[in-house]
Amino acid sequence: MKSGKWFKLYIGVFLVFLYAPALLLPIFAFNDSSIVSFPLKGFTLNWFNVLWETEALHTATKNSLLIAVSTAIIATSLGILAARASSRYKFRGQKAVMGFIMIPLVLPEIIVGVSLLVVILQMGFDLSLWTIVLGHVLICTPFCVAILSSAFLNLDQSLEEASFDLGRSKLATFWLVTMPLVLPGVVSSMLISFTISLDEFIIAFFLAGTEPTLPVYIWGQLRFPQKLPSLMALGTILLILSLTLLATAEYFRRRSARKTGIEDAGGFL
Amino acid sequence: MTDPIIRLSGIDKFYGDFQALHDVNAEIRTGEFFSLLGPSGCGKTTLLRTIAGFEDVTAGHVEIAGQSMDNVPANRRPTNMVFQSYAIFPHMSVAENVAYGLKARKMPKDQIATEVATALKQVGLEGYGERASHAMSGGQRQRVALARALVLKPKVLLLDEPLSALDKKMREQMQSELRHLQRAVGITFILVTHDQEEALTMSDRIAVMFEGRIGQLASPQDLYRRPVNRKVAEFIGVMNFLDVSVSDGTGDTFDCDIAGLGKVTIPAEQAPGGVDASVTAGVRPEMLTILSGENAHSEREASGIVEDVYYYGDMTYYDVKLDGVDHPVTISMRNTAGRSVLSRQDRARVGWGAESVLLLK
Amino acid sequence: MSQLAKWRRSEEASGWLLVSPTLVYSILLLAAPLAMVIALSFWTQDYLDLDKTFTLKNYIEAWSEPIYQTLMARSLKISAFVTALTILLAFPVAYYVSFYVPQKRKPLWIFLITIPFWTSYLMRIFLWKVILGYNGVINGSLLGIGVIEQPLSFILYNQNAVVVTLAHAWVPFAILPIFVALEKIDRSLLEAAEDLGDGPLRRFIRVTLPLAMPGVVAATVIVFIPTIGDYVTPRLVGGPNGLMISNMIELQFKKANNAPLGAALALSAMFLVSVISLIFVWLNRKYLVGQK
Repeated sequence: MKSGKWFKLYIGVFLVFLYAPALLLPIFAFNDSSIVSFPLKGFTLNWFNVLWETEALHTATKNSLLIAVSTAIIATSLGILAARASSRYKFRGQKAVMGFIMIPLVLPEIIVGVSLLVVILQMGFDLSLWTIVLGHVLICTPFCVAILSSAFLNLDQSLEEASFDLGRSKLATFWLVTMPLVLPGVVSSMLISFTISLDEFIIAFFLAGTEPTLPVYIWGQLRFPQKLPSLMALGTILLILSLTLLATAEYFRRRSARKTGIEDAGGFL
Repeated sequence: MTDPIIRLSGIDKFYGDFQALHDVNAEIRTGEFFSLLGPSGCGKTTLLRTIAGFEDVTAGHVEIAGQSMDNVPANRRPTNMVFQSYAIFPHMSVAENVAYGLKARKMPKDQIATEVATALKQVGLEGYGERASHAMSGGQRQRVALARALVLKPKVLLLDEPLSALDKKMREQMQSELRHLQRAVGITFILVTHDQEEALTMSDRIAVMFEGRIGQLASPQDLYRRPVNRKVAEFIGVMNFLDVSVSDGTGDTFDCDIAGLGKVTIPAEQAPGGVDASVTAGVRPEMLTILSGENAHSEREASGIVEDVYYYGDMTYYDVKLDGVDHPVTISMRNTAGRSVLSRQDRARVGWGAESVLLLK
Repeated sequence: MSQLAKWRRSEEASGWLLVSPTLVYSILLLAAPLAMVIALSFWTQDYLDLDKTFTLKNYIEAWSEPIYQTLMARSLKISAFVTALTILLAFPVAYYVSFYVPQKRKPLWIFLITIPFWTSYLMRIFLWKVILGYNGVINGSLLGIGVIEQPLSFILYNQNAVVVTLAHAWVPFAILPIFVALEKIDRSLLEAAEDLGDGPLRRFIRVTLPLAMPGVVAATVIVFIPTIGDYVTPRLVGGPNGLMISNMIELQFKKANNAPLGAALALSAMFLVSVISLIFVWLNRKYLVGQK
């Protein structure tokens, strides 16, 4: 097919466009020059050593991890409740309620950041890591709801009825039947919210008190040209980390799909 | 006769404005194979789920083994269900599936193992315990679902269209197995099905349902031979309808003039639903005969033209246009030795008798 | 059984009970703060003191001052360009994956498209600076092969750079909904169109495109609304003429200590994008009759 050829060419160009930044990251991370530009100078691991020695970076990383883990747990829990309610029950006002919960998906993050900032300051609370968690949970919950809703919808409702019919309580049914079968969805949900939180900048930028998160720290460092190569090294580590997480999640999802005999219906995204 | 195991009284069920069940009353006997039969959307599954406890009734009561089931949730009712999709837990092995309900009863482990093995043997799955349940075929899953429910020794086993997902051959095999199993365990079975043949061959008694109401509750034979109205008669098997004018009978009999057939007096028991202006005459295809040859005789005789012939090997079905009737009637004939098959447009002599005819509203 | 007890056991009650924690969270942390921001936009602030008398002063300022007008118009323009570019880039890719890639490999392709977005957001935008910069990848390679003699300066620190960078950031969010819409198209509809005499182009315009429109509309809304609020991209690659409204909002909230004006600006921007999106959605509904 002639049109197919042009199509492939376009897709090739598009992929180059798509991958350009991600490919440059490791290149400059190992480039032996304090200026991030071409031509390349030589190979070095120095920038990774710099990272190792930067205390402020370690603190920011710890803060970010704490926030991301808390966000993942809280957002996924809220997501489970809402997704279950929307996929299993019918109630008046359901569409409006679910629509409202999903709003942060299309809300500019700066609006979320600004409005939370206003409220927190008006209420007289101090900005802290926890105020960031509040904001991150808000923007992650819609993603969790979306992922978990499809997990709950794929679950044959008669499985739960069967468990109930065989004498189990509703709670036991949830733990013995529902949870194991939606677990891949729960894992994806945790992972997605963890990653979104870890990478989120604007809300953290508005709500961070004295303790910066990793993106806030990086933002601060972007102003200093001599710090850039080590940031490239940091970015490379983060990229590898998220890809490892993704691959792990995908592995678990496939394994559980195989175990339960459900047709592999595509990636968990 | 023993006490009924299930007593349904005055059951109404609404979904919003839609009424799924209208004043359903029935008694199901201990140890019988009972079927709920009807077209899709007639409320048969809703009724089954009401008995199981998955649906609350809007009005009325369900009583099982003399106990009121008001406010008794599904997990504490003495019923177990075989689901249409079988609902086999995909993350558990066959044995874990069967043991699922026993574990809830906190039975000791070794006793569970024995019970599970017995149940699997009962359904013909001996030695399949360690298999992954999702690797089983449709027929095997069905057996797992049966074993999982029967192992709990319920007072009533509820089966929601359990055979509809199987192919024809498998379905016929499972029909006879289910029947044998029911006799062996002696538990009351309630089967929901839309397949009249399935209901007729398997059941002791059948409730035919239309639009949320029980149209007729009777044994398969009575249902086929004495349907109470046109709707039931049409749903069970094939029924030809002919216009009829009924002049007053003696009370025990009715004098009828049937279009295409002629005058006849029939006993009142052949009008099970009574007689009024809307009544028609119903004749089963096998209650009419095509008479061929000089020697063939019948109590009464009519005549018509063969419009279509459907040859089935053992049987032949004819569409015959009786003289003076504009729609054809179906007549079935067994292809016994020496009997010739008529062709289209042949003139046919149609034999019938007073016992061939039902009066239906 | 009392009415109340019956209600508690009902599906209605179970649904509400389950959804309530999430709903309450959204009310407390989304609806209440937004209401607060709305209130704030009608107040005034003098350094740190808040004057809670109702006034339209902030809105009048936000809509009449030339600097805010310029920023607002520019932000809308950039968002619109980003959205258009994103959809143009995304549609062929979604189409390719849906129609040309074998069923089994589709998940892999979707995965492939999303991988680059697991790089840090800030880094990704910063790297565009490296790509587009004076000594950057593009200038370096163009100089190297002798196409140009002086590095190009019009590709960084202006609105073009902002548009390209944002389009790159949002393209997977446009590919996914369009892909889903294309996947939903019953392939026999396309065969039917062909059977009834349509060539590939006419078939695309008369069948494929209208059926894919819900995905395009979703993509448009998903991209258009959030981009208006982007803060990082204009700051990093926009230069002085590439700044957008969020940079001004941040300035008002932080350095200028005029939160009410910031609130009025933010709400005005939100209002404008929402109205434009609604008009877009409405136009689509109107001209694509008979679709659910």
